[in-house]
Amino acid sequence: MNSENLHLEGASFLKQQNEGLYEPAGSKATGEAAVRSTDKNRVITGAIPYWQDWREQARDIKRHAVANLDKLLVEFERNIAARGATVLWAETAEEANRMVIDIAREHDVRSVVKGKSMVTEEMELNRSLQAAGIRTVETDLGEYIVQLAKQRPTHIVTPALHLSAEEVGRLFHEKLDEPFTSEHQQLTDIARRHLREEFISADMGMSGCNFAIADTGTMAIVENEGNVGLSTSTPPIHVATIGIEKVIPSIHYLPVFLQLLARVGTGQSLTSYTHLIHGTTPGKKLYIILLDNGRTRILRDPAAHNALTCIRCGMCLNVCPVYRRAGGWAYGWVYPGPIGSIISPHLVGMKQAGTLPFASSLCGACSEVCPVKIDIPHQLVHLRHRAVCEPSPANSILDRLTWRAWAWAMSGPRRYKLAMWAVRVGVRAAGVIPQCLHVDKLRAWTRGRELPKVPGPAFRKWWKRQRP
Amino acid sequence: MIKPANTPAPRQDDPPYRPGEPVALFIPCYIDQFYPRVAEATAKLLTKCGVPIVYPEGQTCCGQPAFNSGYWEESKRVIHHFCDTFEGHRWIVTPSGSCAAMCRVFFGHVDPDERIVGIGRRVFELTEFLVDVLGVTDTGATYPRKVTMHVGCHTRRELGVVEQPLALLRGIREMTYCELPEMSDCCGFGGTFSVKMPEMSLSMGRAKVENIVRSGAEVVVSPDTSCLMHVAGIMQRTEEAKHIEVKHIAELLVSE
Repeated sequence: MNSENLHLEGASFLKQQNEGLYEPAGSKATGEAAVRSTDKNRVITGAIPYWQDWREQARDIKRHAVANLDKLLVEFERNIAARGATVLWAETAEEANRMVIDIAREHDVRSVVKGKSMVTEEMELNRSLQAAGIRTVETDLGEYIVQLAKQRPTHIVTPALHLSAEEVGRLFHEKLDEPFTSEHQQLTDIARRHLREEFISADMGMSGCNFAIADTGTMAIVENEGNVGLSTSTPPIHVATIGIEKVIPSIHYLPVFLQLLARVGTGQSLTSYTHLIHGTTPGKKLYIILLDNGRTRILRDPAAHNALTCIRCGMCLNVCPVYRRAGGWAYGWVYPGPIGSIISPHLVGMKQAGTLPFASSLCGACSEVCPVKIDIPHQLVHLRHRAVCEPSPANSILDRLTWRAWAWAMSGPRRYKLAMWAVRVGVRAAGVIPQCLHVDKLRAWTRGRELPKVPGPAFRKWWKRQRP
Repeated sequence: MIKPANTPAPRQDDPPYRPGEPVALFIPCYIDQFYPRVAEATAKLLTKCGVPIVYPEGQTCCGQPAFNSGYWEESKRVIHHFCDTFEGHRWIVTPSGSCAAMCRVFFGHVDPDERIVGIGRRVFELTEFLVDVLGVTDTGATYPRKVTMHVGCHTRRELGVVEQPLALLRGIREMTYCELPEMSDCCGFGGTFSVKMPEMSLSMGRAKVENIVRSGAEVVVSPDTSCLMHVAGIMQRTEEAKHIEVKHIAELLVSE
């Protein structure tokens, strides 16, 4: 596996806002770790004879849920509110951040411990809370490392995938004043020791949610480190942020999702902990923020609905040849990899993310493993179509004219012959002209590849000779 | 075998192939112009299998380059030309999995018109047609060399065609099949991706070439000539891969 930290041209669209995060560091680790996860995943999913049936069930349930979001979310709210939770609805990330800050101020919160949550990454919650003078500590080991390093996660399940144990050891030595070690067990112990104090002293705990179950009003949260359990139960206040697409109709469907997510996401038959939170416990407060942040825009586009069925397992990242080489930051926003390329354009808009759908060879390795069978390459071509029609960096008049001319040439046999004659002349000439004089698109080909040799007459001429 | 969820199957409602029914050849533009030997081998192969072939002379392209680049209106114009040209042909066969996938899977995305989708669904990839429709796995070929195979991603994942070319290779006499490491990995061609993100494309292509070298084969075959154009272009610039020949599977299947 060669990982070279390749740049996705134009895709790191938020580069200016994230200075220092795009250094070509550690992408080799990303590629290698992604290959390891893929191999592990093949073994663990291959062991289940009815794996494909599970995927189909999960896909159908999630599609049903997305089609009935309005009803299911209200049902979820009603049921969990009946057991003491306060449910808030946020249309934008800013609104959600404001809600969290208001809750924190109301209860005089100084410090917050956080379980892993991609939605809070999307909200840039840490930045907002810090600006409001509230200390936040990420308690998932990977997130903790990334936060200490002042970076962003490069992967949605394993945030510090890009860092080696040596790099983590150096980081702990530097930031936590611990003796250097690259021993996994010792590194975990260090983090555990430091985090334990944070849990005890925190005024508020935060978490995401993997599945919001409508019929029982339950939040299902999976984890392996115990940090979500502590974040949600130790402090007197628990705030959960949930993307509205996380709802599923019934608790009867939960087992299939727990199995799928664990096997695909981390290569386990089940995660170490599964929390089912049904409401508040005496003396504690529970707030739930349901966040839209652009998700209903996806609902407006019927061809894009499947993108909302994602359960954030991260498997499409692991198998993606582009992600393996570019790493997570190249995708410019919170969600990297194939899934990022199909949701970021909706969530942050085509103007910013219009080049992401082009960062793929459309190989489909992602949809082959996706536990909910999202047709990612089809979503990508659909978004490419939108990107060239709407205001976006991919929309270019020159390209449009080129493709118009191509379509004209390709929709009549005479024009085709004429165009192909020109192409043949062009390719022959390109073989003679020095490479440095080639136009951009041609040089893009010839700098690493030979052009095909122009052969004798085309097939259609041979055919005519054969069958006069 | 992996069948993706959204692939419309070849038309089941139509009657099965009757021996002697003519088959229309669709020779994609780049094969017509740059790899006529592949098209000739395809024509010879089908004739050898007793299939009468016709070649609608107005044919040009399936519309895939514009489709994958997002220019669907432009693609639609070419698709309509394709459908006008192939109207009335019950069986359409092409030696390119990627173009077959364009016709069968993606025509409907651009134009959901019943006629367009119907014609698209009559397009078969060559090895798929031989094995699934004709039931042929032995074409009587002899090829005494070491061969490995790359199957393009559209062929593998959009059409679900992998076993068919393998079965045909197994039918070749005196040939040694060399397993390709990481066979299902993309070669990095991806149409316009190869020039839009050349560094990424080349990096993926070089990994593929490394695996081809590692397989120990003297010849690499594929049901997809487009992948091979990119892979061969890299191999010619790679010292340890220069000696490896690149062929379409049809060329092996007609060798005697």
